[in-house]
Amino acid sequence: MRWGVVVFPGSNCDQDAVGALSCLGEEVVTLWHEDEDLAGMDCVVLPGGFSYGDYLRAGAMAARSPVMGAVRRHAAAGGLVLGICNGFQILCEAGLLPGAFLPNENLRFVCRTVQVRVETNRPAFTRDLEPGTVLSIPIAHAEGNYRVDPQTLERLERAQQVVLRYCDATGEPTGEANPNGSVANIAGVANPEGNVLGMMPHPERAVEQVLGSTDGRGIFRSAAVCWAARGA
Amino acid sequence: MLGGEGGVTQMEAWREMGLSEAEHRRMVDLLGREPNLTETGMFAVLWSEHCAYKHSRHMLKTLPRRGRRVLVGPGENAGVVGLGRGLALAFRIESHNHPSAIEPHQGAATGIGGIVRDILAMGARPVALLDSLHFGPPGEARNRHLLSGVVGGIAAYGNCIGVPTVGGEIDFGPRYTDNPLVNVLCAGVVAKDRLMHARAARPGSALLLVGSYTGRDGIHGATFASAQLDEASQERRPAVQVGDPFLEKLLIEACLEMVATGKVEGLQDLGAAGLTSSLAETASRGGTGVRLDLDRVPLREEGMTSYEIMLSESQERMLAICRPEDAQELIGICRRWGLNADVIGETTDDRVLTVRQGGEIVAQVPVRALTEEVPGYYVAPRPPADLDERRRVPEDLPQPDATQSLLDLLSSPQLCCRRFVYEQYDYQVRTDTLMTPGGDAAVLRLRGTRKAVALATDSGGLASRVDPYRGAALAVAEAARNLAVVGAEPLGITNCLNFGDPDRPEVAWQFAESVDGMAEACRALGIPVTGGNVSFYNETEGVPVHPTVVVGMAGLVREPDRIPAVGFRREGDFLVLLGSPEGELGASVYLEVVHGLVAGQPPAVDYARERMVQGGCVALVRRGLLASAHDLSAGGLALAVAEGVLHAGAGAQGAVVNLPVPIGRVDGLLFGEAPSRILVSCSERHLVRVKNVLERWGVPQQVIGRVSAKDLTVRVGGKPVLSATTEQLRQAWEPTLERMMSG
Repeated sequence: MRWGVVVFPGSNCDQDAVGALSCLGEEVVTLWHEDEDLAGMDCVVLPGGFSYGDYLRAGAMAARSPVMGAVRRHAAAGGLVLGICNGFQILCEAGLLPGAFLPNENLRFVCRTVQVRVETNRPAFTRDLEPGTVLSIPIAHAEGNYRVDPQTLERLERAQQVVLRYCDATGEPTGEANPNGSVANIAGVANPEGNVLGMMPHPERAVEQVLGSTDGRGIFRSAAVCWAARGA
Repeated sequence: MLGGEGGVTQMEAWREMGLSEAEHRRMVDLLGREPNLTETGMFAVLWSEHCAYKHSRHMLKTLPRRGRRVLVGPGENAGVVGLGRGLALAFRIESHNHPSAIEPHQGAATGIGGIVRDILAMGARPVALLDSLHFGPPGEARNRHLLSGVVGGIAAYGNCIGVPTVGGEIDFGPRYTDNPLVNVLCAGVVAKDRLMHARAARPGSALLLVGSYTGRDGIHGATFASAQLDEASQERRPAVQVGDPFLEKLLIEACLEMVATGKVEGLQDLGAAGLTSSLAETASRGGTGVRLDLDRVPLREEGMTSYEIMLSESQERMLAICRPEDAQELIGICRRWGLNADVIGETTDDRVLTVRQGGEIVAQVPVRALTEEVPGYYVAPRPPADLDERRRVPEDLPQPDATQSLLDLLSSPQLCCRRFVYEQYDYQVRTDTLMTPGGDAAVLRLRGTRKAVALATDSGGLASRVDPYRGAALAVAEAARNLAVVGAEPLGITNCLNFGDPDRPEVAWQFAESVDGMAEACRALGIPVTGGNVSFYNETEGVPVHPTVVVGMAGLVREPDRIPAVGFRREGDFLVLLGSPEGELGASVYLEVVHGLVAGQPPAVDYARERMVQGGCVALVRRGLLASAHDLSAGGLALAVAEGVLHAGAGAQGAVVNLPVPIGRVDGLLFGEAPSRILVSCSERHLVRVKNVLERWGVPQQVIGRVSAKDLTVRVGGKPVLSATTEQLRQAWEPTLERMMSG
């Protein structure tokens, strides 16, 4: 399986994603924000950071960059797309995922390791994880307060598009466990087809025990498992 | 106020720019004529205290700067030490005190930007930031405003450029109220053969200005930083620049890509004094001259004068030097990153800085005159009159309940949990942070090797206020000890020296004592000083800031997988104290928090013992014998044990400690401070080996208790003197800062 990590001006976690995927033995290259085709990638990663400085709204300018046209076509053709943090914001701004982001409820940047519960293994990126599994993964963002209107929320819940939810150590999605005020403790959302996932936590920061957790591996492994099954 | 050519008459210009009459005369002698306004401005910034170290050079020379691993010592943009395997670490600390006092958010943000470009100028990839912050008491609203502004500025800038903020310290004291100190350290990694120097070594090279357009912002920032703050300082907001972290991020990537081509001859950031200092310093180091064409400098505003362009401190600019035939390739790299880059001049062999605008020469000054002929000043030091009094501790001090004292210390602004602050920093980006904030030292793994780099900042704290000599020595010893607990051997020191007006004999005394104390400690512990920064004039209306020495130390960790935790790990583990059990109350945080006194003589460092304790600790870590290790510092033994509990993993959040009856006071035993002490925990299985290793190193040691599942009990001579539940400790320690800041 071939992974491509997009580098926007202002991307910070592109090399972290490349490093994590290499560490897991995956084949990975970087793509440039001006690229208009994805050179045969199977999965595209939109990494964390501050694309174009995030000066308009987080992800707003990146959503209109040349590479996003290619990402859109790739997604429509069933290719896998993973947006992490700023990548999630970009996917929402690009209309590939529903919803939008507000600044964190406490109006401060927050960097800490949080727990998220896997809600469904229908999407590609959780295919290899049991629903109910609690993952320990770091977050680092100032605008992670995910918002959708009540009708959309109901539709997302019904269609099992809510993939990850902030929770406490026992898996309960409590208010205290919600680090940014996201509606319904949502930490990750997929498209109806399940080939596009946006998540605020950084799985690439959780693939090596020396950094505190290996729970992020499940996300990448699921995609690989899913892709292999599709090829078979 | 200063302005364009028309705004100030030439006669008074030099005076307004902060030059003395003698300095003006010297300038005229060197030039052989009266300088014009642009030239006067160039002299004024380069001869400012901030750029020229006029009051500190003679003392800084006494610091030891040689070491086996030192590749670049003081005088460049950053010190560089070798890490083995062809890798090197560039690191430096710098102050951004004055701007942060006026506009905390932008002041701190541009402080980060500046120090990051210093590291970048060495060709290094910035990999870590640490901050040493000092504020007035948080009970005052203005101090809270400054704290939240500074932290917000560091977060906004540091997070955006993708460099993790991994550590630092926050300190409070009344004399910081109008003069907060913001000292930022950046470290970067560079392959030795890619190490850059800010040097224009040969004539005929092209000068490439990369990054931001030049505007009217920050003109005379360096001279602003070389004066006291007063009412009118608030009007100097225009002297504080505004940062653009996105541009800085692009600058980092573009510069490193340019360096990787092997076609960059020299690299220099544009910081204080902008183009003037950047050009003068690179030419001075290289023994060359510079011909600069201001018409080729891209400007933000129309009608900027030569004076304004030469002195602008617009942020996010770098100067690259290359052969003329390579310029297009380098410009291409910058353009790909969306950055502006233009050839603005060339190097010459005449050792003169010549500036043209509109076809005419607007300034022409010998480079040496700007950089080498700066006068130095010596002010005879005089200790404060009440020194003896300050160093006395009242003999009849009461001993309040020890449990309450511990809770008071844990909930004090000085010692409470810092999570509220460090959670605002992305400390994990780059996925190399092995030890996150909250511990004694930050540790970052070194890609492509099995080793890691440890970094710590420490300041002289209360000790410096009563005894600057010992305070500085204690700061060096503590920084080295912070590295020892993660198993690191020290590689070098960068320092930031923050003081009031250097013409004041008492300030001169504080400065001289501090440098002497630091020099002694560095020599005794064998740690070279690779660079640093001096910040004078931190005073308002005649009241100088507490003398503040900040030490930033880098070390090498050979077995990163064996680093012990800060907190306890397993119930039943043994607590072993390295060093003497008794501390001293002089200049302790206990005296300040519980008794409201900053008084007494701080302890002296016994260097032989310090080396043994550190060596013994590193040996234990490298053998993988320790579950946890934590330096004893502010708050003494009781605080170290409490922190072991508060940082502990599940099931090990308690301790039972038994101490022998002390020779002195019980509160001295519990809360007294002394160097050369580390608290470690180890399993029963490893205890004998731990004792043997320590014996071989000659380290005084004793088993003082065991880790328990929860709650803290301390007995002295068998009698319980302190007991608190884990929950009580947590409630005192954890919420303080957040509660204070939202109050």
